[in-house]
This record gives sequence, C-alpha cells and structure tokens, in this order.
Amino acid sequence: MIDKTCVVRDIADQIESGMTIGIGGWGARRKPMAFIRELIQRDVKDLTVLSYGGPDVGMLAATGKISRLVFGFVSMDLVPLEGHFRQARQSGTLEVVELDEGMFQLGLKAAAARLPFLPTRVGFGSDVLTTNPDIKTISSPYADGEELVAMPALKPDVAVCHVNEADVLGNSRISGPDPFFDEWFCRAADVAYLTCEEIVPTDAFNDPLIALQMPIERNLVSGVAQVPCGAHPTSCGPDYGMDVPHLQKYNSVAKEGWHTYLEEHVTGKDLSAYVESVGGERAIRALPLPVF
Amino acid sequence: MSYSLAELCICASAEAFRGDGEYMVTSIGLVPRLAASLARSTFEPGLMMTEGEAYLVSEPVPVGPRGDYRPKIEGLMTYERVFDIVNKGKRHAMVTPVQIDRFGQMNISIVGDYDKPKTALLGVRGYPGNTINNSNSMFVPSHDTRTFVSGEVDMVGGIGYNPARWPGGRKPPFLDLRRIVSNLAVMDFGGSDHGIRVISLHPGVTLAQVRENTGFELQCVDSPGTTRPPTEEQLAVIARLDPHDLRATIFKGNPSGEPGQA
Repeated sequence: MIDKTCVVRDIADQIESGMTIGIGGWGARRKPMAFIRELIQRDVKDLTVLSYGGPDVGMLAATGKISRLVFGFVSMDLVPLEGHFRQARQSGTLEVVELDEGMFQLGLKAAAARLPFLPTRVGFGSDVLTTNPDIKTISSPYADGEELVAMPALKPDVAVCHVNEADVLGNSRISGPDPFFDEWFCRAADVAYLTCEEIVPTDAFNDPLIALQMPIERNLVSGVAQVPCGAHPTSCGPDYGMDVPHLQKYNSVAKEGWHTYLEEHVTGKDLSAYVESVGGERAIRALPLPVF
Repeated sequence: MSYSLAELCICASAEAFRGDGEYMVTSIGLVPRLAASLARSTFEPGLMMTEGEAYLVSEPVPVGPRGDYRPKIEGLMTYERVFDIVNKGKRHAMVTPVQIDRFGQMNISIVGDYDKPKTALLGVRGYPGNTINNSNSMFVPSHDTRTFVSGEVDMVGGIGYNPARWPGGRKPPFLDLRRIVSNLAVMDFGGSDHGIRVISLHPGVTLAQVRENTGFELQCVDSPGTTRPPTEEQLAVIARLDPHDLRATIFKGNPSGEPGQA
C-alpha cells in the first residue's frame, strides 16, 4: 500500500542550496505558504525560484534565499505591488529572468514533455528577448519559414503546490475555480510535493464531477502533507479567501519591521502557533472569497 | 444633462470594442472594465467577458461589492484557457500601462535601469503575448510626459509599431494596437507608420495642451472633433454597472466632463 503522507518539515528537508524550485498558485492565490515559512527558516540559499509570484517570492526574497528569479509578475492581486520583491529587485541583487506569463507556461510544458523547447511568437518585439539573450530563436522548417522564439524548458528540481484535498496515494483535488498551472509545475519538476487542506479517503474522489477537478496525476507526487490553512495569507477557494489586512501588514514591513513580523508569525512557530498568531482557524475560514 | 470626465472616458473607451463581435475582452482596471461592460450591454452584445476570476458570464458583473448579486456563469475561463485564447486570437485587451512610447510600446515592469531599477512594479505579465497576438487598447488617467515618454519605454513589455524590434523587420502578423483614451483626448494608431494621432479632444481641451503633455510628436487628424458626450442611455447603463459610484474615484475631485462646469 502506497502512503505518501509526510509533514511540511519533510518537504523542506528536500530543498538544498542551489536548487531550482517551482511554486504553484498564482499571485495571492493558493500558495503553499506553510512550506515557504518553513523554508525561510532553513539554512538554504542560492535558490532559483520559478513562480507566478506573490508573497511566496516576497518572503524568499526578503530572507535572501533567491539568487535567481524566473517570473512573469510578482503581485498580491488586491494588494497589487509586492513590497518585499520590489525591495530586492530595486537593490540590484536579484538576478531575474523576466518572462511573459504564457512563455513561462510554455517553458513548463516543454519540461513536462521532456523537450528542450517549444516554439512561440511571444517575446518578439519585447525586452523579454533583449534581457534574456539565452533565449534563442529558430526558423520554421516548413514552407512558411517563420522565425519563432524557442522557449527553453523550465525544469524545477522540486515543485511544491497547495491543494484543497489529497489522499495518501497522492491523488488530489483543486476545488477552487482555477487550477492555475500547478499540474505543469508538477509535470515539469523532477519531484513534486503537495500540501493540502485535508487528507481524505480515496473514496471521496469517487464522483465524475469531482474527477474534473483533479489535474495532477498521483505518479507525479512524492509526498503529501496535511496543512489546514496552509495557504494563508493567500486564498484557498472555496475554503477561505485571501487575508487582505494581513497581506497589507506583511507588505508594510518590507522597509521596516520585517524582523518583528518574523518573530510574531514565523520564527519557531509550528502550524497551530502560526494560525493562532493570525487570528485562529475559525477566522481564517471566515475570510471572504475575493471579488475581482 | 451633466456627466463626469470619468463617464466621458468610459464611453470613449467602450468605442474601442466596436466591431469586435464575439471577441473575448480582458479589461484591467475600473475604466476599461466599465467600458467593456458598457459595450457589451449596448452595441456589442456578442463580447465574451469574465467575472474577473475564472468564469465567463452571460451579463457584465457590476463592479464593487456584489451584495446578493451572483455572477451569471456561461462558461469556464481559467488562466490556462486565457493563454490558449491569447494564442488563438479573437481577444481584445484594454490596460493601463505605466509608460507608453511613440511606437505604442508599453511598460509595467520597472522605471529606470533594468539591472537596478529605481522602481520595480509588476513584471511584463502577459503584455508580450497579448500584443503580438491580440488587439490592444489603453486607458491613461493622467496624460503627461511621464506616461507618454520621449524615448522608448524603460522595459518593452507590450510591443508596438517599432520595426527595429520586429523579427526580420517585418510587422508581426497579428499586432493590432487600437485606441488610447486619456483624460485629455482620444487617440488611435492611424497616423503615418502607425503613428499615434489624436482623433478627438475632450471638451475644453486644446490640441496644444495635449501635445505639451506628450513626450513625443503627436499626430492629429484634420480638424479633430470633440469627444462625444455620453448619452442618457449610456449614463443609465453605467450607473447600473457601477452601483457604488466607484467611478467617482477615478479622477481627483471627480471633475465634470464639460468645460466650465464645476
């Protein structure tokens, strides 16, 4: 009997300095934040981070974990500008690979298909190509002969995503409205881990409509950790919305007060201590779903 | 009948979508969203639009807190599907970039030097893909030389009519910049070499004033007219789409759209 259950610490144990990690979710939505808080307390550095970025990128940047950021944006949606990312970017210390959002996905798809690249028109005309001279172009081998961008594979060593439900086998369900690109992070990566709101019996997935909400194959998944409220302060619809006041507080300490924030919410705190520090599970579950 | 500058801009921006038929609209920000919703509610009923997150809706969702209102879903539009549509076409995005240059190139990434920017903003987001594949329009709330820059924008995210940047010097086949609505005027890309040109001036605004606030040489149609004021029907539709009057916050002091009015 396969049993992939683990805890967040086990996932963080897999991360070594110099690795490339892919982080699921989008902006301030369904980010594996419990994993991020664990990771920023570890003695790892020089990470290459691939993310449709939100506070995951901000926290890793603020703690000096990132040497290279591969991104299309960093934003917290209803709090549009991510202060910690901005600080790091403006300091000139963060090496960045700035990509169009769709190119980013194409890079994951190339890695997932075990290909060196996938072609696209996207990038031409923009500074994405001038600032990333490593991205090459090719000519169509067919009669059209069109010049195309050869978007290189983006291959994480490890991908980590947060989902609503999973079972011990690694089957998982994203019951929010948008699965984002989690499946592509998992397929692109050598190894993928999931954190989830709840571990459920496999029978809970025995429903054709629920099966439509299960984009990640279980054979991609090496470990599953149950972490209720594990996406906070980002949203995990339909279970809870984003904690906008907390995101604002987190953003406000980008210039001053970050150390106090860490003491209050991160350093040495296990999951229950963290949840208590931000108002408790009931308060988190009552956070309204965002209206865009 | 009185109307605000915001309402004038919403109506002028809605015109960007005229003729789009069953295009999918992506409208970022309050004015673009109300503009697309107005177009959909009046002269372009075929437009496809979302509730802002993941579902296509069969009627535009009013902006702001929704109370008991539930979006009327007509289909699914996850981000992955958005990317597929970006590549397929039949999509029109209206956005508010931080910088625009004479080629229509747009920037929301940084201000200053790429390696050590003075100000880091969002990143290129989907601009490169949107602009090489889809129709694009812009709303600019503050028409000035910081937005309409004299050189190229600091980081080209949205591509424009700049042959020096095109592969082989040939125009990308689907590049289609449509319309810019600012607080001063309405512009399109119908000038020589797709140059930006003024097509109408908002009431009380002079061409000299627009040019003075633009960092590059602005073309102009022969005798530009005055931007058409909203009709009563349009104002009623806008009021329904914006029940909390969020549009009153677009411009400081919510100025009137008519010259000489308070």
